[in-house]
Amino acid sequence: MITFDHVTKRFPDGTVGVDDLSLEIEQGSFTVFVGPSGCGKTTSMRMINRMIDPTEGTITVGGRDISTVRPTELRLGIGYVIQNAGLMPHRTVVDNVATVLVLQGVTKRKARITALEAMERVGLDLRMATRYPAQLSGGQQQRVGVARALAADPPVLLMDEPFSAVDPVVRDDLQREMLRLQSELSKTIVFVTHDIDEAIRLGDRVAVFGTGGVLQQLDTAEAVLTRPANPFVTNLVGRDRGFRSLSFQSATQVPVHDVETLPLAGLGSAPALAPHAWALVVDGDRRPVGWLNATRQALVGERGEAALAPLGSLSTPSRTLRQSLDAVLSSPSERGVVVDDDGALLGVVEANDVLAALSAQRGSTTDDAGVLGATATQDALS
Amino acid sequence: MLADLAAYLGDGTNWAGSTGILNRLVEHVGYSALALLVGAVIAVPLGLAIGHTGRGEGIIVGLANTMRALPSLGLMTFLVLLMSSTLIPPITALVALAVPPLLAGVYAGIANVDRSVVDAARAMGMTEWQILLRVELPNALPLIVGGLRGATLQVVATATIAAFVNLGGLGRYIFDGLALYDYTRVLLGALLVTALALVLDGLLALVVKLVQPGTGRMTVRDTGLQAAIDDRAPAAPTA
Amino acid sequence: MNLWGIRNWEAVQPLLVQHLYLSVVPTLIGVVVAIPIGLLLRDRRRARTVAVVLSSAIFTIPSLALFVVLPLLLGTRVLDPINVVVALTLYTVALSVRTTFEALDAVPAATREAATAVGYSSWRRATAVDLPLAIPVLTAGTRVVAVTNVSMVSVGAVIGIGGLGQLFTTGYQRDFPEQILTGLVLILLVAIVFDRIIALVGRAFTPWIRGASLRASERRLRALAQALPEVGRLREVVSGAR
Repeated sequence: MITFDHVTKRFPDGTVGVDDLSLEIEQGSFTVFVGPSGCGKTTSMRMINRMIDPTEGTITVGGRDISTVRPTELRLGIGYVIQNAGLMPHRTVVDNVATVLVLQGVTKRKARITALEAMERVGLDLRMATRYPAQLSGGQQQRVGVARALAADPPVLLMDEPFSAVDPVVRDDLQREMLRLQSELSKTIVFVTHDIDEAIRLGDRVAVFGTGGVLQQLDTAEAVLTRPANPFVTNLVGRDRGFRSLSFQSATQVPVHDVETLPLAGLGSAPALAPHAWALVVDGDRRPVGWLNATRQALVGERGEAALAPLGSLSTPSRTLRQSLDAVLSSPSERGVVVDDDGALLGVVEANDVLAALSAQRGSTTDDAGVLGATATQDALS
Repeated sequence: MLADLAAYLGDGTNWAGSTGILNRLVEHVGYSALALLVGAVIAVPLGLAIGHTGRGEGIIVGLANTMRALPSLGLMTFLVLLMSSTLIPPITALVALAVPPLLAGVYAGIANVDRSVVDAARAMGMTEWQILLRVELPNALPLIVGGLRGATLQVVATATIAAFVNLGGLGRYIFDGLALYDYTRVLLGALLVTALALVLDGLLALVVKLVQPGTGRMTVRDTGLQAAIDDRAPAAPTA
Repeated sequence: MNLWGIRNWEAVQPLLVQHLYLSVVPTLIGVVVAIPIGLLLRDRRRARTVAVVLSSAIFTIPSLALFVVLPLLLGTRVLDPINVVVALTLYTVALSVRTTFEALDAVPAATREAATAVGYSSWRRATAVDLPLAIPVLTAGTRVVAVTNVSMVSVGAVIGIGGLGQLFTTGYQRDFPEQILTGLVLILLVAIVFDRIIALVGRAFTPWIRGASLRASERRLRALAQALPEVGRLREVVSGAR
């Protein structure tokens, strides 16, 4: 557990980075610090591993007052992932991942073996082991950064905007990976981001920071969305918060229908489609590839696979209403594609069913206020 | 020995005349200035061309390194024996010394100007000459003057050796002193040339600061423009 | 090399040896002294400023002046080669301290920060992160210093200790240009060889620049799999990669 007890950070120039912060981060929780730049979220996180020392107040990690722990010793027990990964450019991937272990005094050989395991755990191809960071893509570098933080198996993980510099597709991948890792490892994670969507997707608890380093709300992601504590949080969460809150509403009651499919292999010789019908094209593993209608079918001979209309976003079985709605809205056929965890086709959801589920949900979400404990420091609300 | 030195410097007669300190100083500065001027005539256009077009960078680096290795004393003595002139050989050797730092300064200055600024200038419709003279040159000035500073340092130091091939300058004191076993005179020469180098280096360091773009240290205050700005924007209320 | 130098090799050889000694020794000592100074002072603002100002001042002193003044300060004889060694070492330290600062400044701040955050102590970071990453700039700076030293040694000839530079003074006095030419050619050769050697040493110590090809990493991967036979997955990957 990590606790902040009336922690204030004043910089030499007089600005207040963090103002009287008190909060508790439970063991095994995924806590996201979110807020605009200059709100003290990063400063707060960096005080946990003494990259910055507070001006006033006490921080404890696992019951120990960290001001009594040597910074290097403290840091060796806390994993740290930063934006752009911060890898050592002169070390190979495996040696980068082994860094903390070697610093802890583990022999190089043993450290490398553990590092290779950590690489596999975060989904890195072992062939990358002997490459230098410059030979990796941004997303791969970020994975190496996560592997380095996890290699020594620290109980606490600090992540400073780790996915901000990668493109949205890779970010989505990394976020999913992070959730998977957390479900396996149950670390105490403190994650800093300015992206409220990322905060809500990843965090089981979200701490919203405001200008001047004042904590505005500390709550579950859903509570921050549905019951913002003050106008600042409302504003940060934004006008789409109603839509975003669909992320917390299950869509399992929305029926999945069968859909007409065409195999990708024999696309040219498929029977002609009816004028307004759409068919889903799937590959040999039944993974959807794209949509086809009569107009586009006429182009297949000339353009091949490029004639297909894009799939739109995909939905998964444990899907939320937001995913389902998005799948429906982004599909050219007005039907959202549902796939299993391996990406194989399960069926489609239809717009009418999703809308019906939406109105059913709206009737039932007004009375769950008591379930989600709001623990924001009340003096922060102003 | 230091007392002898002080006495020598304190005696006014040692300053005047064709072999006096002042004249030696003028000679020394003269050789240096001449060599720097010729060096600049060669290096500046070349550096501008290479910096602006980005062609021939490899040649510059190679040339600068080779010329750095070329010993001035050797070049000087060799040329004296070949052409029996007193002035041209030492100046040539000094020019060879001045060109690499000047060239590197001009080239690096131009090449380091932010390419997006140059692109913007081109997009606004400036000709290549206008880009070179109005955009690249002003932004390159600190590095160009930096190159001049390096060149000056080396040329002033090495001009001392010109006395070895029977020229004047402050080196005279060192060589005459060595020949006459008059160590005071040797020290005098060493001291004077060091002082000269330090003063010139300090002055040029100051110039480097002055020519930093955007600091306004070089600009004369445009009162008309300031008035126009004041008219349009009433003084901000002090809240 | 021209004919004079070959005919008179017995006379030239000791000068060449002296030249090598006078240029290599100060370069090595100077760099070895400058790097720790640079590492120690880089983050101390005031000390660093003093070091920079002091080194520019040293570098401003003309070499000939330094050669003739040093005996007074060191109590050596005017014709002692040690004067030249000390003078060139001073220049090398002066230049290399500044180069070290620049080289360390070129290490990305994010990398240094990340090293601190994962638990490097400051001295360990200095030697294991900052120093290796500074090698490319350090190498470039050392090449310049070395070549300058090789050329500067010859100035010592006017006070009788200049290695190959003595070919200039005696050639000049004897009105014998061929002898001077021999000196020029040999000095250029020494400079080029010295420059190449330093470049190669720099390359050898920066495998992440040299070995950043996929071929090289596949090679390292096979070596790693051999070194760690207990990691079965690594063996599989290697045999799959062939």
